Amino acid sequence: MTLEVLYFAWIRERIGLPRETVDTQAATVADLIAELSAREPRYAAAFSDPSAVRVAVDQTLSDIESPLEGAREVAFFPPMTGG
Amino acid sequence: MTVRVQTAPFDAGAELTRFSAGAAAGGAGAVVSFTGIVRDLTPAPLLRLEIEHYPGMTERALGDIRDRACARWSLSGALIIHRHGTLMPQDPIMMVATAAPHRAAAFAAADFLMDYLKSRAPFWKKEVTATGTAWVSGKPEDEAALGRWD
Repeated sequence: MTLEVLYFAWIRERIGLPRETVDTQAATVADLIAELSAREPRYAAAFSDPSAVRVAVDQTLSDIESPLEGAREVAFFPPMTGG
Repeated sequence: MTVRVQTAPFDAGAELTRFSAGAAAGGAGAVVSFTGIVRDLTPAPLLRLEIEHYPGMTERALGDIRDRACARWSLSGALIIHRHGTLMPQDPIMMVATAAPHRAAAFAAADFLMDYLKSRAPFWKKEVTATGTAWVSGKPEDEAALGRWD
């Protein structure tokens, strides 16, 4: 499956890019994080503290156990600070 | 029921005047508004605030928050404006306004909108000071505040 993976705020800065296309067999968000973290130290650094990472699947706030079947877009970001 | 996400500054007074006129014409008895302003609370002087957002999800999240408020308090009007990009100290960041038949609903709905904007709308603030840059971290109390509305 092909996913558009987006990164925001300090996660984007740590990984060094705002988005990328990822070919993956990850079944859940947790699988995708493990797959990305195994790639390179900069990914491992970005995901080193899972409690600091939030995720949206197809622009809906989700969690680490969320399935990725049928998903097109996954975004990783720190807790939101709007308002 | 307007949601606007923009880089440009806005005139909170003019927005409120326009919103209130529409609300009054629609029979509302109460209008409440809140405006957030860039303030300088950093140890070193704040030079600017940079706000990043998630285009697409931002509009969806704000629309969803607005719809929930409108349904819960039977609002006759709601306005959300939120800026992104580079903001200077004393700039308006965002505003919400609510219109309802009575003040209790208008106040509660504005409070609800603010709580959800704080931790459920995909914006991230970065402070740029004379000594460096730092991402603003989400506050546990902001997250906890959402529990008030369960």
